[in-house]
Amino acid sequence: MSDQLSIRNAKPSDLNDVISLDTVTSKTEKADYWRGIFDRFVTGGKSDRIFLVAESNGRIAGFIAGEVRAWEFGSPPCGWVFAIAVSPKAREGGIGRRMFDEISARLKQTGVTTVRTMVDRDNKLTLSFFRSMGLRTGRYIELEKPLD
Amino acid sequence: MRLNKASLFALFAVLELASDPERQLSTGEIASKYGVSPHHLAKIMRDLVHEGLVQAVRGVGGGYRFSGNIQRTTLLDIIQMFENLESELDVPHGSPLDVPILAELKSIANEIDDLTKAVLDTITLETALKGARQRAEI
Repeated sequence: MSDQLSIRNAKPSDLNDVISLDTVTSKTEKADYWRGIFDRFVTGGKSDRIFLVAESNGRIAGFIAGEVRAWEFGSPPCGWVFAIAVSPKAREGGIGRRMFDEISARLKQTGVTTVRTMVDRDNKLTLSFFRSMGLRTGRYIELEKPLD
Repeated sequence: MRLNKASLFALFAVLELASDPERQLSTGEIASKYGVSPHHLAKIMRDLVHEGLVQAVRGVGGGYRFSGNIQRTTLLDIIQMFENLESELDVPHGSPLDVPILAELKSIANEIDDLTKAVLDTITLETALKGARQRAEI
């Protein structure tokens, strides 16, 4: 399958495919959220906001999105990957790795030297994937509380 | 985190065998490579066979071969065969157990335990071996 696979910048016409794929993989439809992300990442034209899709045989088999974030609690500019999805039918074919390698290369071109992400601890599939890509627990700790 | 000997020996054996699933090794060969007791390791190998992670190969040149899923089995899967990885507060006998400070300390220990388990549950045998190979190349 990887022979016909291409990793490319998302186009505005990919929006519905991204919404569908996200609905399948996350079990939650959030069309408005993805429209907003496309406005900022796909039609915005900024090099430090990256939205890539994996196209296989004319179909969207995966997507990954990330950006450069800077100076949050003193953290120098770094790459942030905040979404990744691969169609369940297309898994274990190296699509996630290809997308992650490509977004890492693009982030590196902007001048950052670190890539970060944040994933729910119960999302073992995605966490294991990032681990396999070499990511480890970093210097920043996520804290939260329910708001009464 | 403090791993007991059984967990550690099991990780040695499973990772060693998983590093080359075609190869078979005897308990003695694994024990010798990692400097552990063959007697203790033999018992652990039986547990690993029972869980389907390794397969006993009979006959001349017999031993064990990896038979699990290198991409799906995590370090936590192995460790939890031998221990539950939960912090123990060494509360003396006779201490009241329902005081709020003790409850808070237990809650903090649980938070740490959950984080430890979450990390170990995302490292597959394949990822651990990849890290080990990179260290060997340094």
